[in-house]
Amino acid sequence: MSEKNDILVQVDHLTKYFPVKGMKGPGVQAVEDVSLFIKRGETLGLVGESGCGKTTLGRTILRLHEPTSGKIVYDGKPIYEHQYPFEAKTMSVKGADGAMHPETVLVKKPVPRPKSVDMLPYRRKMQIIFQDPSASLDPRMTVGEIIGEALDIHKLCSSKTERTERIKELLSMVGLNTEHANRYPHEFSGGQQQRVGIARALAVRPEFIVCDEPISALDVSIQSQVVNMLEDMQQDLGLTYLFIAHDLSVVRHISNRIGVMYLGTLVELAESYELNRNPIHPYTKTLLSAVPVPDPQVSRSRQRIVLEGDIPSPMNPPKGCRFHTRCPYATEKCKEAVPQLKEHAPGHWAACHLLG
Amino acid sequence: MTKYVLKRVLMAVITLFVVICLTFFLMNAVPGTPWLSEKTPSEATIAALNEKYGLDKPLIVQLGKYLENLAHLDFGNSIKMQKDRPVLEIILTMFPISASIGAIAILWAILVGVPLGCLAAYRRGTWVDSLLRVICTIGISMPGFVIATMLLHAFTGGIEGLKFFPTIFQQGTAKSYVLPCLALGFYPMCYLSRQTRTAMLDAINQEYIKTARAKGLRNKTIIFKHALRNALIPVITYLGPQIAFTLCGGFVVETVFTIPGLGRYFVSSISNRDYPLIMGTTIFLAAFIIVMNLIVDLLYKLVDPRINLAKGGE
Repeated sequence: MSEKNDILVQVDHLTKYFPVKGMKGPGVQAVEDVSLFIKRGETLGLVGESGCGKTTLGRTILRLHEPTSGKIVYDGKPIYEHQYPFEAKTMSVKGADGAMHPETVLVKKPVPRPKSVDMLPYRRKMQIIFQDPSASLDPRMTVGEIIGEALDIHKLCSSKTERTERIKELLSMVGLNTEHANRYPHEFSGGQQQRVGIARALAVRPEFIVCDEPISALDVSIQSQVVNMLEDMQQDLGLTYLFIAHDLSVVRHISNRIGVMYLGTLVELAESYELNRNPIHPYTKTLLSAVPVPDPQVSRSRQRIVLEGDIPSPMNPPKGCRFHTRCPYATEKCKEAVPQLKEHAPGHWAACHLLG
Repeated sequence: MTKYVLKRVLMAVITLFVVICLTFFLMNAVPGTPWLSEKTPSEATIAALNEKYGLDKPLIVQLGKYLENLAHLDFGNSIKMQKDRPVLEIILTMFPISASIGAIAILWAILVGVPLGCLAAYRRGTWVDSLLRVICTIGISMPGFVIATMLLHAFTGGIEGLKFFPTIFQQGTAKSYVLPCLALGFYPMCYLSRQTRTAMLDAINQEYIKTARAKGLRNKTIIFKHALRNALIPVITYLGPQIAFTLCGGFVVETVFTIPGLGRYFVSSISNRDYPLIMGTTIFLAAFIIVMNLIVDLLYKLVDPRINLAKGGE
């Protein structure tokens, strides 16, 4: 298999801004210039604290959020491509002391509209499992209707019996009773609802699934069941996952590679083992030191790095490296230039000026 | 289910009884008698009239007698406005006229208001939304007679070249219906549109809408199948009693367009102290609203499977 064919999803310079009403400029910069690729059959884990843009990135890749700019390629075919619609301009802005200061701000510039791509064929190949199972199922539909609707829209079943059979098959695949098809989502427990969500995603026989914190809403005892089920599904159906979570230990367990996000940017990306053993970005080091260890002796001897201050607002992110306001090693350069994601060891990428 | 309906019917009867008693005592508490007009009749005449219509007896006896008659569906006779004509007959002749106008009005209000609400929600923050907001705010805040008078003026000859419709209502001609229906339906249309918008905004931002998109459904399917169904509850809640009100006739619209409907009897029966007619129209409207509310409650179950009527609507 050639190198190119090996990559299922490729994301280049993907940006997602959410416009804020009554505010000039780009608004909330949820995802900023993220580039990554996902190999066929692998699991790419994505971690980072709340509000760092993991979920937005996952949904933007599927175009559930319309991206602001960048390029998304699925299996060699571009499904989104758009130029960056902002440019940095220096303007005098009234500062806190009342005087005028020059400041660089992002100003909208005219760019051609992105070419529209019919997503329907890709919706069959790319699916998502949502974080909150109870909110993501339409309360007015039975489980059978929820799963069946996906079959109908892609015309996957030629007859009614085939459709019923497929729904039953899917339900038993995720460990639910086949009679459950006639029930409504609210009649299930959280774990069962998430199984329905998984069955729904699997209904169209996808290749790529974004697992958007699929277990964080579940009870700990159910979490492992669902994680194991997802792993089995991957084995049996040859799925590729983008696994989003904030729980590092789960991501470590399930992922081949792990990406770390901070305030909308990807700061480090490496093989799962490598990242855990040898994190090179200061933020990753901090994040790893915060993972609880179930051994008090190790736990006590460990040095925990605690960051100063709060995570800055994505509406007005720091200039230069977005992490420089909290980074213990920040230099002048970090405040000026945006560090690019570079390969520092084979397969180990990081965006930090300190690494050269 | 059957048990629930039976319980509701029993409650409806009790509600109706309370309404009857309240109306009866309230209307008798209002000063004045049916016999007052420009020429006040003599004492002897009033006494004779009171005796004839049983108004000389104590109130409680009158109420008892009224309830007894009501049990035989006898609403009594009008004592002033259409002297000695049975109240039930008046209601049954007037109601179809009001109801036909009201039905058309409420129908167009639903058919236009709900889609406009969806549109406003879907295009939130754009000029479409702002325009609809302005129109609907005007429609909700402007009194009915203003819009009725404006329509009447504009389209019955007030503006040169726009005389499309007759000034005086004529039963049976389609043209006469246009303006009254337009005027009567405007308020519910605007209200429905706002209500739908709010409910739709809530629904559109739900996660299952994202799920529907992820499945690959078209926008139209998502809006009408997933979002609107979930947004219908507040809409239906408003519609139930509103249908009853509109079908029983709008007083203002019927007066402006000189429609011989039921609506004006609600108000003029009170000023005329036509006691049996006040009772009749009030009971009729109250019963209608009670029935509509029952239908609405049963519809909830249809729209939202999570609502379990047997467990007290939880």
